[in-house]
Amino acid sequence: MAQDDHSGTELAAADSSHAAQEFAGSTGTAVIPQDAFTNPGFEPHRPRVTDEDPKRQKRAQRTVYTLFYLSVLGSVWAIAAYMLFPIESNDVGAVRLNNMFVGLGIALALLGIGFGAVHWGKSLMTSAEAIDIRHPIGSSQATQQGAVEVLREADEESGFSRRTVIRNSLIAALLAVPLPAVVLFRGLAPQDQLPVELLSHTMWAQGTRLALDPSGVPIKASDVTIGSAFHVIPEGLNDLEHGRLEEKAKAAVLLMRLDPSELNEQPDRASWSYDGIVAYSKICTHVGCPVALYEQHTHHLLCPCHQSQFDVANHCEVIFGPAKRPLPQLPIAVDDEGYLIAQSDFTEPVGPSFWERN
Amino acid sequence: MNRSKRRTGRRHPLATVALLALGLVFTGGAYAALNSTTAAQAEAEPTSQETIDEGKKLFQANCATCHGLEAQGTGNGPSLIGVGAASVDFQVGTGRMPMQMQGPQAQQKPPQFTDEQVKQLAYYVASLGPGPDIPADHLVNGGGDAANGAELFRINCAMCHNVAGAGGALTEGKFAPPLTDVSGVHIYEAMVTGPQNMPVFNDLNITPEDKRDIITYLQYIQDNRSPGGFELGSLGPVAEGLFIWIFGLGAIVAITVWITAKSN
Repeated sequence: MAQDDHSGTELAAADSSHAAQEFAGSTGTAVIPQDAFTNPGFEPHRPRVTDEDPKRQKRAQRTVYTLFYLSVLGSVWAIAAYMLFPIESNDVGAVRLNNMFVGLGIALALLGIGFGAVHWGKSLMTSAEAIDIRHPIGSSQATQQGAVEVLREADEESGFSRRTVIRNSLIAALLAVPLPAVVLFRGLAPQDQLPVELLSHTMWAQGTRLALDPSGVPIKASDVTIGSAFHVIPEGLNDLEHGRLEEKAKAAVLLMRLDPSELNEQPDRASWSYDGIVAYSKICTHVGCPVALYEQHTHHLLCPCHQSQFDVANHCEVIFGPAKRPLPQLPIAVDDEGYLIAQSDFTEPVGPSFWERN
Repeated sequence: MNRSKRRTGRRHPLATVALLALGLVFTGGAYAALNSTTAAQAEAEPTSQETIDEGKKLFQANCATCHGLEAQGTGNGPSLIGVGAASVDFQVGTGRMPMQMQGPQAQQKPPQFTDEQVKQLAYYVASLGPGPDIPADHLVNGGGDAANGAELFRINCAMCHNVAGAGGALTEGKFAPPLTDVSGVHIYEAMVTGPQNMPVFNDLNITPEDKRDIITYLQYIQDNRSPGGFELGSLGPVAEGLFIWIFGLGAIVAITVWITAKSN
């Protein structure tokens, strides 16, 4: 440490004298800006109060060991609190007390050590200023040459460059090693179905009744009064034994009834609604958040994640935000008994874009 | 002549004042008595013709400027025929109507009418055309299934009103108000009538019992605050992020300054 310190000061001195020589060499009338940084050296050493006053030193010492003992206390308290405030089942309040008191104990234990150590270093350890010079990053010339020599020798002795058949077979083996991982990860997706196919189709089919979420009760067209918003699932979703949530995530629909005069429908999609009742996918075409913040007078649908806005009166076209495509519309009709049914599945994949989507 | 008349006069000089005072007391008392009978009748028989007439007077004095003398609607306000008593009780009872000013949506403010006057207005408007009625007490006092209410609230309400009922922003300056401290009857009426831009949730979408469960859930989360400690308005990442940026990073900066400062 002392040696480092010594060499550091020397080096700093050499630097400043070098800079001085450089500037001394320039002559003539040219104005040389003196903006080169010169090493200002150390500030004058200023003794701390703990260096001069033994009483202050004693006090600092007391503070440091008090902090360390507080840390001990914190650790003991954390153990005690774990037993004093046990987590009872079915009581959220107990979890809160347990977490809070154990956490306070551990925080005291760690902060006591940290603050004590820093205070020790700042007030009691030696305050002499010093410089540790960083050693050069590169190895010496000889070491570098030695390393090259070792590699060259290894290549020669193993015959890696010479025995190309062996070398190529090794490269092939290394390339093949990650392949099982690719297959295993593919296995995380459904095995017997193509993911693109799964993303392109939902549970909706011709004649599937629209049902209330979560009860699954089918909805009659007459139930849907103007200004209403119904959260809809396909009938039969609740009876699925497997993949209920996956199907719901794709098939969730928002059903709204507007005054038919306020609905601007394209001629080819005019038959997709029923007397002002329209059904749109609830999955945002941006990144798939549920879009259901419906304003019944402006007919705006707002996505809460990134503020995309869709205009229900105009086939849910995007009027603001990062979404690129309108929400897919579910073509609906009414069956003999007056219940709302789907005419078909969605005519395009719901939700955000994926590679294979056109 | 003048003198003698005053001395022998039939009337004491203060008689006029006394008579005036007596008259005022009598008239005021009679008015108060009549008024309380009206109130008692309004309580007992909400749809009496007298209530409707009182409501009509209040309506024509306070609401007709925008909604028209016969509540038929004008360019400044919609028709109120068929909106029902529930709609008026919600809009006027929460102070949204009479509207302070035209804007993205009517702001809540202290109610401008007494409960009795609100009911009179409500039954007047209800007399113009059939519409949703003010809900019965057993549907709005809680006592339902809070768990079922919570599920329905998450599906139908939480996207706008926040899962803890703290409210949230909508488009172009509109917002879904917080549901804390809103009475059960007003929550019920809002669901039935769809005030401002809120969609309508009629009884076939969410049954009256389901509405009672939703109110029960909202009352439950009022009475059982978050077990996680500070709620920071239950607003989620915005409030929590701001808190940790200011106090968490502030503490780190302060400790860094302390560690690197020279000790005196």
